Amino acid sequence: MHPVTPVRTYVLIWLTLTILTFVTYYVAQIDLGQLNVVVALGIAAFKMSLVIWFFMHVRTDNPLTKLFVFAGFFWMAILLALTLGDYFSRTWMPLGKFW
Amino acid sequence: MADTHAVDAEHAHSPQLRHHFDDMHQQFDSATFGMWVFLLTEIMFFGGMFGAYTVYRTMYPEAFASTSTYMNPAFGAANTAVLIVSSLSMALAVRAAHLGQQKFLQLMLIATMIFGAAFLVIKGFEYHEHWVDMKVPLIGGHWDYSEAPQFAHQAQILFCFYFFMTGFHAIHMLVGLGIMTTIFVMARKGTFGPSYYTPVEVSGLYWHFVDIVWIFLFPLLYLIGHTKKLI
Repeated sequence: MHPVTPVRTYVLIWLTLTILTFVTYYVAQIDLGQLNVVVALGIAAFKMSLVIWFFMHVRTDNPLTKLFVFAGFFWMAILLALTLGDYFSRTWMPLGKFW
Repeated sequence: MADTHAVDAEHAHSPQLRHHFDDMHQQFDSATFGMWVFLLTEIMFFGGMFGAYTVYRTMYPEAFASTSTYMNPAFGAANTAVLIVSSLSMALAVRAAHLGQQKFLQLMLIATMIFGAAFLVIKGFEYHEHWVDMKVPLIGGHWDYSEAPQFAHQAQILFCFYFFMTGFHAIHMLVGLGIMTTIFVMARKGTFGPSYYTPVEVSGLYWHFVDIVWIFLFPLLYLIGHTKKLI
């Protein structure tokens, strides 16, 4: 079982997640070109990591569970990388920028 | 003889310990691990939709950027905030169950359900707005994307993604509310305490996972392309 996490930690994580939500909302109003998508998804990935690591207690889970959590998101990376690799290499398809 | 007594004493230790587990720790670890294996199948389920969405977004970037201005990011941001608060109350509920704080556990479970329901209510208002604006791509043609007629076809694709992804997410929220109700009933009976709080922990994993799905839906459907007001 997990050690008990202090309330302080949970509240701090919640505060960080809320601030990041406002940050990502306001940054989206500024035109950064291609960087907009990078910033938006970067913040989302960071928020996800905080939720997994602290709220879902993966921080104190055993190595087997940690490995499976990592494997799940690694699989997602494979799905996206190979699918996009396929579509990007089809020169006859109308491909533009991500935005 | 002494060994038998020792084993008996251990089995008598907790009525929640199933006989095929060595001890409560092993039972807890197996349950959380099993829940994570289930969540991996959920990653595959939502991953397919996220993958398809990414492909279409790269195929029709201008059209998707323009149609994302049909969305109201204020709704999305409000819902993200509500869902994050519900994740906090869920985490505190798990903590309370672990410490055996019965009253606080019930309070936090109710808070989680209220925030979860608030999310669905906001989502309902949003869906209603799309319906009034005639943006629901139903067969039969009760829709109108004449603000950007050159992208009308792609707008239907975008809204299909939007309704399927947010719709499946909303169904997961409904299931989560059902789980929370069950956990609340169990908590009322005083089932949980320091030696046994596995159901609360495992339901928490599910709740946080649904939160994570929304953390990605929010930027993808509401924010990216938001500055490109092509309409």
